Amino acid sequence: MSIDKATVAKIATLARIKVPEEDREALAGELSNILGWVEQLSEVDTDNVPPMTSVVDAVAPKRKDAVTDGGYRDRVTVNAPAAAKGFFTVPKVVE
Amino acid sequence: MAGMLDLTIADARDAMRKGDLAPTEFVGAYIKAVETARPLNAYVTETPDRAMDAAKGSEARLAKGEGGALEGIPLGIKDLFCTEGVLSTAGSHILDGFEPTYESTVSGNLLAAGAAMLGKCNMDEFAMGSANMTSYYGPVENPWRALDAPDKKLVPGGSSGGSAAAVAARAALGATGTDTGGSIRQPAAFTGLVGMKPTYGRCSRWGVIAFASSLDQAGPLTRTVRDTAIMLGAMAGHDSKDSTSVDLPVPDYEAALGGDVRNLKIGVPKEYRLDGMPAEIETLWQLGIAWLKDAGAQIVDISLPHTKYALPAYYIVAPAEASSNLARYDGVRFGLRVDGDTLQEMYENTRAEGFGDEVKRRVLIGTYVLSAGYYDAYYLQAQKVRTRIADDFRKAWEKVDAVLTPTAPSAAFAQGEKMDDPIAMYLNDIFTVPASMAGLPAISVPAGLSAQGLPLGLHLIGKPFDEETVLHIANVLEQAAGFDAEPSFLAG
Amino acid sequence: MASLMKGRTGDWEIVIGLEIHAQVTADAKLFSGASTAFGAEPNTQVSLVDAAMPGMLPVVNERSIEQAVRTGLALNAEVRLHSVFARKNYFYPDLPQGYQISQYEEPIIGEGEIVIDLPDGDSKPVGIERLHLEQDAGKSLHDQHPSQSYIDLNRSGVTLMEIVSKPDMRSADEAAAYIEKIRSILRYIGACDGNMQEGSMRADVNVSVRRPGEALGTRCEIKNVNSIRFVRQAIDHEAARQIEIIEDGGEIDQETRLYDPDRGETRSMRTKEDAHDYRYFPDPDLLPVDLEQSFVDRLKQTLPELPDQKKARFIDDYGLSPYDASVLVAERETAEFYETVATGRDPKLAANWVMSELFGRLNKADIAIADSPVSAEALGGLIDLIADDTISGRIAKDVFNEMVETGKDAAAIVEEKGLKQITDTGAIEGIIDTIIAENPDNVAQYQGGNTKVVGWFVGQVMKASQGKANPKLVNELLRKKLDA
Repeated sequence: MSIDKATVAKIATLARIKVPEEDREALAGELSNILGWVEQLSEVDTDNVPPMTSVVDAVAPKRKDAVTDGGYRDRVTVNAPAAAKGFFTVPKVVE
Repeated sequence: MAGMLDLTIADARDAMRKGDLAPTEFVGAYIKAVETARPLNAYVTETPDRAMDAAKGSEARLAKGEGGALEGIPLGIKDLFCTEGVLSTAGSHILDGFEPTYESTVSGNLLAAGAAMLGKCNMDEFAMGSANMTSYYGPVENPWRALDAPDKKLVPGGSSGGSAAAVAARAALGATGTDTGGSIRQPAAFTGLVGMKPTYGRCSRWGVIAFASSLDQAGPLTRTVRDTAIMLGAMAGHDSKDSTSVDLPVPDYEAALGGDVRNLKIGVPKEYRLDGMPAEIETLWQLGIAWLKDAGAQIVDISLPHTKYALPAYYIVAPAEASSNLARYDGVRFGLRVDGDTLQEMYENTRAEGFGDEVKRRVLIGTYVLSAGYYDAYYLQAQKVRTRIADDFRKAWEKVDAVLTPTAPSAAFAQGEKMDDPIAMYLNDIFTVPASMAGLPAISVPAGLSAQGLPLGLHLIGKPFDEETVLHIANVLEQAAGFDAEPSFLAG
Repeated sequence: MASLMKGRTGDWEIVIGLEIHAQVTADAKLFSGASTAFGAEPNTQVSLVDAAMPGMLPVVNERSIEQAVRTGLALNAEVRLHSVFARKNYFYPDLPQGYQISQYEEPIIGEGEIVIDLPDGDSKPVGIERLHLEQDAGKSLHDQHPSQSYIDLNRSGVTLMEIVSKPDMRSADEAAAYIEKIRSILRYIGACDGNMQEGSMRADVNVSVRRPGEALGTRCEIKNVNSIRFVRQAIDHEAARQIEIIEDGGEIDQETRLYDPDRGETRSMRTKEDAHDYRYFPDPDLLPVDLEQSFVDRLKQTLPELPDQKKARFIDDYGLSPYDASVLVAERETAEFYETVATGRDPKLAANWVMSELFGRLNKADIAIADSPVSAEALGGLIDLIADDTISGRIAKDVFNEMVETGKDAAAIVEEKGLKQITDTGAIEGIIDTIIAENPDNVAQYQGGNTKVVGWFVGQVMKASQGKANPKLVNELLRKKLDA
């Protein structure tokens, strides 16, 4: 499977990573190499094989419904690059 | 002084309990060693004051006859573990200035056992790498040098390369690592250490910055198998904050050491014999087989037919999970923000500047394999292959108690090598990834030197939650190998 | 077929499917121990998990699972013993993880069916496609600063159930009845408080149009509609828009739209090029949810009598019309109130009083039944006085007003104000005699064959008795005297 420049641009947008136009060609080549290498997986017969969802053979633990956390705004916002009046702030979202 | 730094965890612990060694003196020596070892770039952040405070606490507790399993033991903590009030970077620019307001369960367990944290160990960015070349804080240097090129800096392996270099250079008595595809075991092999990845679910992942959630597992890097047993015992345990942490009692791993292997069957999988593998790796493997045979174990040839697919499957699963796990680094709540006129630009600028090349590569691959139209062919197929890999091991456990392989296909290589060929770099993990994909416990034990005088490791894989058997066999290997070579750089 | 919409070129059928997002009643969030209480200061109900700090991990709230299962049972739906949480990946500032933990291929609840009650008394089945659990996002405030949006994560991680209907509805009325029924069921079982104003329930509305009998048309999804009134309006506007486009020879683009109640129109949400590539995959931080059948059976025991069961019983036991029964059972509290009033009394009379007099009052003053100024027992007391002829139905209305004002019980008001019905024949005859004597013209009219004038006489007698005379006796005695 080979990835072209347009695909690189598309997945870079999906992943929200700016990839300048001049870097796309090289990146397309690198990613195509990796994908070409993983392509060998298609050789494996996986008919009727369930996909692994967890290596742990256990039942999902559940929490009691009780308020045991939160209530510490400072611990949550102290590392924020930008905040005001207890909110996180970001460049205005236009909807 | 040098003698003090050569003590093992077990020796130091016993000496401190007896009152023959003062924790403050011992930790003080290590704080100096951390400074001496700075050229290796093994630490991102040094925390001498915290270490000394911890040592004083240990001293007081020991004086009263109290204390935990690791009183006065100076450790390095991989910078993937969130440590309260101490910069935690994952080796990435994107976590600039991030000081967690919480302590990871594993580092918290170690501190509660009395350990003194010397600092945060350098690592490949977000644990993505096998050479410790991808850290925003610069590469880490292996304290070992090759005989034929003593001026050439070598890599310590990765991603826990800072942890490995620190312990090997005597700038920490032990260190935490995390292992997603070999990130504890491969650096242990490259630096002449013991490194163990326990069973997935044995150590809590809470507070460990995630790379690939279904694979990440914390473990120790130490100089001896006994030290690994001691340290793992303090790290492990059920954590109700991690849904994938398993609620099983933690055995006394140290008690599993000693005795022979006469009742044990060791599997040797033919699929690990690769074309073009250096002869010295094959030779070491044969040596390991002979040692275990001599010690009374029964050697059984086995087949793990899907071994060759483990690495490509890993390079779908791990990037896919990473692409999602790393979405939270968006410049909103912590770490780096690079402004932009719009929200989208802010995201794209922040993540373009904050992530290094290898991280970007994997996030993009991961995004691609999960995207519409490709999910079934890549991600789903990889998870099915993973089921087959786990089944291979399940069948093997009907015949054997553990599997012996080499840890890595080569000894440490020079900084800068393989950097322009991602796949060549990925192949470092070819022997370690299958156990990761199946969630199994595995250990690397230093077993000999390459022709160039560099350490090589042997690798044991065990049954789920049977770390005891793995440690027991590793201890036998360790004794047979009698590995006592020292790196060219020692901090004291 | 009454639901067809007229276009320029003929009739159109509207096809509607709904996705209702209902906040699950629970003290803590789906994957963290932070509080879900409404209206707190920004970011004060946020745990490290909700803020997606590095290394944080989710652990599922057992109450969320239980509520989803109970809801599935109440929707007559399949409870799937194995379900999987999956990540839905997209970037948005109020989505701190960069993904929403939801359920995708393996939801906890599969297909089911409910019955909706229409205004004309008819009912109709509507299919349930699935129900799944998911995390709510935080809140972005865009009006606090000229160039910045403010982010509050208090809602981030609150448990939502998404209930997806089949495209079985054909009009705004049916959609409204569906939402009302879902809300009613959720409130009965205590799985959601149904409060649309506080955002506890909101709906995504899928609308398409087609010629009757033809294949389904292209649908548009109107996101996040937060009242039943707006759902109705949005459907009507959207259907009209689509019909106009098709009748003008155009095609419908499948897209997400927003309803703007101020302008009374739906408009396209800015479509991002990647808006729909969510890259779902099973969340590796969580194990699959595997339930025991015994757990499901145990939860079944906790379900109360549900609205449809109650409605059937009200029709059978009390002889109510289907419409009256459906109105009375819509809220559990109302149904209980009614039953208290109706027990041991004329159930139809009780229904009339509860539905017309009491509901009229409560609705006008916007009071919940739980806060009714007249208790069920007190209303029963009033009905008893009508039943034993102590007061007439007309006087009863005055007494009821007095009860609402003063909170006193009916008997006390009747006693105090001397409103007891006059049933003494002699007293009534006295009044009748006076009126007949004073109005010879009207008497002559009656005797001349205009029997309608008797109504006028009744009115005069009632007036003279201040409404207290027993109307039946008045009628009887009047006719006897006039015919004499």
